[in-house]
Amino acid sequence: MSESAVEAYGLRKAFGEVQALDGLSLAVPTGSVLGLLGPNGSGKTTTVSILATSLHPDAGRATVAGLDVVTDAARVRRVIGLAGQFAAVDPNLTGRENLRLIGRLSRVDRRQARVRADELLDSFGLNAAAGRLVRGYSGGMRRRLDVAAALLHRPPVLFLDEPTTGLDPESRFALWDSVRDLARSGTTVLLTTQYLEEADALADQVVIISAGRVADTGTPAELKARFGTVLFHLDFGRQEAAQAADTALASAGYRPQRDGAGIQVRSAAGSGELTGMLRALDGRAPDPVSVAIREPTLDDVFLSLTRGGEAA
Amino acid sequence: MSTIAAAPRQPAASRVWASGVTDALSDTADVAWRNLLTQLRTPQALVFALIQPVIFVLLFRYAFGGAIHVPGTNYVDFLMPGIFAQTVAFGAVGTAVGLSGDLRTGILVRFRTLPMARIAVLAGRTAADLARNLLVVAVMIGVGFAAGFRSPNGAGGLLAALGLVVAFGYAISWGFASLGLRVSDPEAAQAAAVPVLFLLVFTSAAFVPSSAMPGWLQAFGTHQPVDALVNAERALILGGPAAHDVLISLAWSGGLLVVFALLAARTYARMGR
Repeated sequence: MSESAVEAYGLRKAFGEVQALDGLSLAVPTGSVLGLLGPNGSGKTTTVSILATSLHPDAGRATVAGLDVVTDAARVRRVIGLAGQFAAVDPNLTGRENLRLIGRLSRVDRRQARVRADELLDSFGLNAAAGRLVRGYSGGMRRRLDVAAALLHRPPVLFLDEPTTGLDPESRFALWDSVRDLARSGTTVLLTTQYLEEADALADQVVIISAGRVADTGTPAELKARFGTVLFHLDFGRQEAAQAADTALASAGYRPQRDGAGIQVRSAAGSGELTGMLRALDGRAPDPVSVAIREPTLDDVFLSLTRGGEAA
Repeated sequence: MSTIAAAPRQPAASRVWASGVTDALSDTADVAWRNLLTQLRTPQALVFALIQPVIFVLLFRYAFGGAIHVPGTNYVDFLMPGIFAQTVAFGAVGTAVGLSGDLRTGILVRFRTLPMARIAVLAGRTAADLARNLLVVAVMIGVGFAAGFRSPNGAGGLLAALGLVVAFGYAISWGFASLGLRVSDPEAAQAAAVPVLFLLVFTSAAFVPSSAMPGWLQAFGTHQPVDALVNAERALILGGPAAHDVLISLAWSGGLLVVFALLAARTYARMGR
């Protein structure tokens, strides 16, 4: 197996007029967690569907465990697990029946499928509900069963498509723990999410996509660092005051971004920069009403990229 | 592809084929089991599947039957072969509805990413629908007997006729399988299927002799599979020379099965392109 468990080059896929993927490339190093981050409609599910062999790309090429997802799809299916948004469990079967069925269809022999199903029900906290029909499960229980179903044949590569969308915080954290355990045991995970917090918490590498292309990539720390280490938010209360401050800061060499009566300034130099900024404002604009200093989150990176703003 | 050529030690082709067939049968059994269980757990659907043919028996036996005269036989003995054919024909809509439901819920996406035999999704669905047809037909025999049906040619003829009915039902459920895979909305699948079935059933000799229809309608009505099935059933149930009609019906069912199964397999294989 190559160093990357998952590789994609120049994937393109259109649905009618909509170009869902427009030349997407990525690689997931074996044994790592990659967070594929993007807003609704950015191509996350399309990417996962192609990598998991349920969708054919119009152009481009992708491999999982070195196997081509189009020409060698049958063998790819033996090494992947898929859970999430659009992969379902059967509401009219019990949790245990679902797992046994999917285990059998994943080519696990009958006895092994039973043992493995009970193991997974246990580790996902579904023991008590194992004999109940899934149609009576809560959203969180369904998602957990869904992830368990993807793990029956112990796939070395796991795709999780928005596994925590719509879950309450408790269920989300429980799922995070499961993903961390899997990663620790050596499973390669490609996880799509709309939540930056989630990518930050789980991913070794983050790929941000927008309109079917990669907008940026790096570790969560790199992305945040690239964006600046400190973020100042100065509130002037009135637009005219903010406008004056905007001009003053810009002429002093800062790169202010004005939003109404507020101004945001990114800095790589740390919070000490505030003194310099206030000096630049002195006499040219009113004092700010309030000043907030914080570390940038992945949200800041994400918003600046997807809104077409430049990263510092 | 080159990747296959590079794979280590390929077992003999015949053994690969044999294990492929075993796997496909086992996967089909698993999917069929799942579909049957699902149907048993939504008994409303099963009950509604029975209500319609029962109403048709009552309507045609008691409301219209008095006005329909078929020379040489009791109308109810004439009617029941038509009811059996109608029952499995409309029952096949269930195949389309079931598959489009699986398409909508996303179960099919999961199945498509599992290392299972691809044909099992379709073969398992149609096998479960075959089992449901057996149950529904058994109930209709009971209803028929309660309404005065006596199967004049005896049990052998009746069983042979029901064999033809079930074979026809199995063949057309493959046709509805392709429909179900193309429409991810069960209501739409149903709306698309029902008019076609109405046309086939009501232009056939299911409820009235074809000789009562105008010539242009007879030309269509007597050259289609439901009519062939009903004629073969009547020959077996009422007595008389049956071989010719039975062969025609079997030819229809066999031909439809091959065409529809290939079509459905192709539709399934091309999904996601």
